[in-house]
Amino acid sequence: MKHIPIIPVPLDEVDLALFEERKKIYPRSQKGWFASWRWVLVVITQLMFYGTVWLNWNDRQAVLFDLVTRKFYIFGIVFWPQDFIYLAVLLVISALSLFLFTAVAGRLFCGYACPQTVYTQIFLWVEQRVEGDRNARIKLDAGPLTARKFSLKFIKHFIWLAIALWTGFSFVGYFTPIRQLTLEVAGLTLGPWETFWLLFYGFATYGNAGWMREQVCKYMCPYARFQSAMFDKDTLIVTYDSERGEPRGSRNKKVDFKAAGLGACVDCGICVQVCPTGIDIRNGLQYECIACGLCIDGCDQVMDKMGYERGLIRYTTEHALVGKLDKQAMWQRVFRLRTLIYAAILGLIILASAVSLYYHVPLKVDVIRDRGQPRITEAGEIENVYRLQVMNTQESPRRYSVRVLGVPGAVILNNADIDVKSATARAMPVRVRVPPNVLQIGSNRIRFVIQDLDAEDVSVTEKAVFIVPR
Amino acid sequence: MADFFNEWWGIGIAIVVAISIAACALLLWSQSKVRVKIGTDGKPLPAETTGHVWDGNLMEQNNPLPLWWKWLFYLTIVFAIGYLIVYPGFGARQGSLGWSQVGEYEKEMKDGEAQYGPVFNKFLAMDIKEVAKDPQAHEIGQRLFLNTCSQCHGSDAQGGKGYPNLTDTDWLYGGDPETIKTTLNEGRHGQMPPMGAVVGTDDDVRNVANYVLSLSNSAHDPIKAAIGKPKFAACAACHGIDGKGNQVLGAPNLSDKIWLYGGDINTIMETINKGRNNQMPAHKDILTPAKIHLLAAYVWSLSNNGTAAQVSDTDVPAIKQISAATTLDK
Repeated sequence: MKHIPIIPVPLDEVDLALFEERKKIYPRSQKGWFASWRWVLVVITQLMFYGTVWLNWNDRQAVLFDLVTRKFYIFGIVFWPQDFIYLAVLLVISALSLFLFTAVAGRLFCGYACPQTVYTQIFLWVEQRVEGDRNARIKLDAGPLTARKFSLKFIKHFIWLAIALWTGFSFVGYFTPIRQLTLEVAGLTLGPWETFWLLFYGFATYGNAGWMREQVCKYMCPYARFQSAMFDKDTLIVTYDSERGEPRGSRNKKVDFKAAGLGACVDCGICVQVCPTGIDIRNGLQYECIACGLCIDGCDQVMDKMGYERGLIRYTTEHALVGKLDKQAMWQRVFRLRTLIYAAILGLIILASAVSLYYHVPLKVDVIRDRGQPRITEAGEIENVYRLQVMNTQESPRRYSVRVLGVPGAVILNNADIDVKSATARAMPVRVRVPPNVLQIGSNRIRFVIQDLDAEDVSVTEKAVFIVPR
Repeated sequence: MADFFNEWWGIGIAIVVAISIAACALLLWSQSKVRVKIGTDGKPLPAETTGHVWDGNLMEQNNPLPLWWKWLFYLTIVFAIGYLIVYPGFGARQGSLGWSQVGEYEKEMKDGEAQYGPVFNKFLAMDIKEVAKDPQAHEIGQRLFLNTCSQCHGSDAQGGKGYPNLTDTDWLYGGDPETIKTTLNEGRHGQMPPMGAVVGTDDDVRNVANYVLSLSNSAHDPIKAAIGKPKFAACAACHGIDGKGNQVLGAPNLSDKIWLYGGDINTIMETINKGRNNQMPAHKDILTPAKIHLLAAYVWSLSNNGTAAQVSDTDVPAIKQISAATTLDK
């Protein structure tokens, strides 16, 4: 029997792109409580970033990360490579703070303090000043390239680049003394690396805040991807109360909307227009939401106009929304095990590092015993030679005394004080002699005490071994 | 220099690299579109999932990346090709920049020399005794010494068994600046042949050892020393009749109490019986002439406190300490 193949009727098929074209977002400017807070944070963070670098302390820049000499100056303290632990601690504190804030109030950092948010906000403000608000910008972009459009765009990019370059300049100023940097920029004598980083950081600011904007939050930022792991049902989120809002629809202010079968949402679209990431919060919690609260401001103003109760879009928790908890009950749930543990660990680490910084001795010593056979004098005394690496982390020349403890009769033969210049290290050979028959053959414990002669509380005790040969 | 023992290896690797890059581009191109059916309304049906299903119901959602991201991927391919043109990596090709690790090393050494060379070189024109007075030279010298010499001579330069003390005035080959410099440049090979057989029996060796000890007024047996004295003739060829040594040969002075290996009777007998063989490596290929010059000045200053003490104490406390230590010793 002949087999007849069955050929299916071909359906019409087309190719669909798996990568999507970017739709430009034109966020509408919005005023209100949350919008004001965002500006407060912009001012605080930028005063810190642009301003700190100009402060002076001890006749030097107050905050300077001197990579060449590997010393970090932060106000009164000089951090050496050996203090790297503090950087690790700082990162741990930052991470834990992020966990805590996120567990309590969601993406507070994203919406308010993240550099990406802050610079986007500044750049957007410039754009609004130059090109006008949302509708004007949409119209301008849709229109042909006229002289007006060109000049507006030119002015906008000029201001953007100026801010970006200033940002790059300030950034490099944390690594090269900024006053010296100013002279170098003015005299066009900037070194290759400084030029590179100034332009690189400037370009990054211009590109990220001017062009990339929400794309960074949506596609590049890793935090957006793992923040959901820190959310739970008691985390404050910006959310739309769909039970109250739906069904949405336009209506006349005078009509009783409940009688008309409508919810509180007038479907004005303000919440979508103001959103800097271009989402519709009414679709529920989305990973793109950076919790800036602008939609709350927008919606509240509409609710006021309509004479409805505020809070159709609001900061609330899933529990509060579903369980209809009042504010007090909602806030009580903030103190749950998760946040308490985060807070406890955070508090402990901050306390420990504060204590450690308070007792931070501005003197570091390494003791290295010379390899090789110890010497024995004619009288049978034993000599070990050590190399003391003495690091004066203070910004003044210091004189230190050296003593040995732990072995009776042990003396330092070259027992003179050690002078170490301001914020430098010195290698110092030290010869220790021990009378015969005091120690057993082999390795014996010995301690070096290095004491600042002008400051009683600055002293370091370092362990070492004293070898007695057979 | 050949990276591979067979030129086909280079070609093979170049092929693998080229195929990998082409495969990446192909994968990217093939994954940027999906075929979808057209719905009843004549529009393509939205691709909700990528079509991959695991465990029966676990589906991969189609959350498309932005288009610019795709172009970034292509850009990385362009970058890779540009990189392979400029730098080595495509088989045995050396790259148009001629970049190599050895070249980088040599460049860094040259840069370092250009940066620090002048600091060292300004001392090269000065007399060693003058250099020894310079506090900066002393500081540099100490660092060089701690890096290069302290492993044998100790951080305090006082040596140890088999390693000469550089802070006393006793020198095997001479302690003037030029001799020290020669020692540093060329190294030294100190040799004493085994003399036991020449001297005679064990008793003879013991007697000679006692005589040697008597030369420096160390504790010894005067009778044995007296018997040993004639046998010392065998040693006098190098150490001199009076035992004062010979710096031309590097033969130690036996009439002081400074001993390289130890001044007790057993050690001296061991030295006579077995001889000694001691080597200081040459440093002319390890250190630059300027560094040798600085080191020579530093070492010379260690045993010439009078001159070095002219340096201000606050600038160079090390000198003061070491000199204090030497005084204590004597």
